[in-house]
Amino acid sequence: MDLMEYQAKELFAKHGVPVLPGDTVDTAEAARAIAESIGKPVVVKAQVKTGGRGKAGGVKLAETPDEAVARATDILGLDIKGHIVHKVLVTEASDIDKEYYVSFLLDRANRTYLAMASVEGGMEIEELAVERPEALARIAVDALVGCDQAKADEIVAAAGFPADVAAEVASVLVSLWKVFVEEECTLVEVNPLVKTPDGRIVALDGKVTLDANAEFRHEAVFAAYADVAAEDDLEGRAKKKNLNYVKLDGQVGIIGNGAGLVMSTLDVVAYAGEAHGGVKPANFLDIGGGASAQVMADGLEIILSDPDVRSVFVNVFGGITSCDAVADGIVQALAMLGDKETKPLVVRLDGNNVEEGHRILAEAAHPLVTVVDTMDGAADKAAELAGAK
Amino acid sequence: MAIFLTAESKVIVQGITGAEGTKHTRRMVASGTKVVGGVNPKKAGSDVDGIPVFATVAEAMAATGADVSVIFVPPAFAKGAVVEAIDAGIGLAVVITEGIPVQDSAWFWAYAQQQRAQGRSTRIIGPNCPGLISPGASNAGIIPATIAPTAGKIGLVSKSGTLTYQMMYELRDFGFTTAVGIGGDPVIGTTHIDCLEAFEADPETVAIVMIGEIGGDAEERAADYIKAHVTKPVVGYVAGFTAPEGKTMGHAGAIVSGSSGTAQAKQEALEAAGVKVGKTPSATAALMREIMQSL
Repeated sequence: MDLMEYQAKELFAKHGVPVLPGDTVDTAEAARAIAESIGKPVVVKAQVKTGGRGKAGGVKLAETPDEAVARATDILGLDIKGHIVHKVLVTEASDIDKEYYVSFLLDRANRTYLAMASVEGGMEIEELAVERPEALARIAVDALVGCDQAKADEIVAAAGFPADVAAEVASVLVSLWKVFVEEECTLVEVNPLVKTPDGRIVALDGKVTLDANAEFRHEAVFAAYADVAAEDDLEGRAKKKNLNYVKLDGQVGIIGNGAGLVMSTLDVVAYAGEAHGGVKPANFLDIGGGASAQVMADGLEIILSDPDVRSVFVNVFGGITSCDAVADGIVQALAMLGDKETKPLVVRLDGNNVEEGHRILAEAAHPLVTVVDTMDGAADKAAELAGAK
Repeated sequence: MAIFLTAESKVIVQGITGAEGTKHTRRMVASGTKVVGGVNPKKAGSDVDGIPVFATVAEAMAATGADVSVIFVPPAFAKGAVVEAIDAGIGLAVVITEGIPVQDSAWFWAYAQQQRAQGRSTRIIGPNCPGLISPGASNAGIIPATIAPTAGKIGLVSKSGTLTYQMMYELRDFGFTTAVGIGGDPVIGTTHIDCLEAFEADPETVAIVMIGEIGGDAEERAADYIKAHVTKPVVGYVAGFTAPEGKTMGHAGAIVSGSSGTAQAKQEALEAAGVKVGKTPSATAALMREIMQSL
């Protein structure tokens, strides 16, 4: 789960990474009290989970509390790359002497952790990595040892931090590592880490990604930072039913079992759609191995309530599950949904007990259901039905 | 022959007394696997269908000579279970559990490397995987043996469980030496490359199917490896061309981040290495069919 800047900074502060005072507000008028209590010029910053906030007008300086209210009014409600601003961070404005970059992340390829650091902070790190790779130090961090003082010193030396800030940056790295490990992150990034004219080292902006698999050990943090407002309505409802659902922008609803098979189903439908007016998959939905009638009904209910959906493709390979159970699930799910349903379903079953599955669907002879034997053929049929309207 | 798992493999199940553990133990036994024991510290001395339950992996190995452990314990306890298997010196640990925090996986992977340097070598497959099957010989995990029950000459390696099943089903008339589901997590033990290397060395395997999906760069690395080291024909499939950037698609590791981890890049890398990549699972199976018929 990606965090917003203010959430990242709360975790930074908790583990001793220096940040400037500030607070978030969701109404412009509330910015006044924060600015007054800070008692200095402030920066008003849009809290959205995307980059490029500055360029989009989402970060503004305010000299006075009145100005803070005015800038918050400008920023609240902005649409930044499709993210509506519901919250702004009002934080102390800082003069900047130097900008640096530090991060820890999961290195999938090497199955370990990586520290990255540069004395050229402030710009997009992906750009720096491409344009001036020699300016970005990359140091592996052993999962069994972590980032101790010696490792922090090694990172600081590799990145070439000047002597006057080296000790303090190393100490920030040790604290930042605590955020990474104790909050179970896959990314912690400070960009920029700044040196102020009076010589302080401060995290001016931060990015944190939490490992969703570790939620059971961090329930309070996940509950506090769950991004309810930004979640698509359908995704929010699917989550409540424990369905593995991602909304996409097409017209063919997809239900399948197994993440790989469902991803593959989306692709096959997109190819098939090229011949039927360019229709595309409307969603990802993996109902997993079990696929009980209830799960099938929950899944169908979500997908059929998506106004973009014009046809549905149910693609199940019976591995552990047998196809007769899946067929029963579809029949029962349609019975639960009743007569109000009018969108056509294309069903492809294969694998374990497929003959019985086909027999059950044939016997039910539901007018909305078409059975097609192959995945490619079924995708074509579903795309055709979605394209016909 | 087969890779990693043979008819002689003696398998124990960590978490044998749980619902999933018991169910799949029975399925493994039914498909001819030598399941010689189970592990549950609280139920040592009992049995599951006559299979003895031990308190620890070490005790189970000492009593039975087991060399493979299949791990079904819940995410919160998986790290401990894998470390116990490594400490006991088991040759192969197959981690079926889905939802293990990635820092736990990174830790037990690093621990396995450290122990290997000291001469105690455990191969880890998974986590979040269906395990592996050498049809007609042994089955360690949850892959249904009935899909492709007889041994053959194709080797299969896949990140995805259901795509493994689909591909085995489409090519069941040819059969497989071994099919390995390596798992869909960001950090996994055995990689595509490890399996390619083993299939290349296995005299019974004549051709290889490799199934990948979005996220990370394992497929690109595998492509480099194929170009340099694999002489047997390889057919590939990659899932997730239509996945949007920044969204996790079911598997914890299946995510396109910025411009990295895309299906397009993986397909291009594989094709540049001489791998025939199918547009759909069926088209991929058809490519392998052609190769098998020409050999």
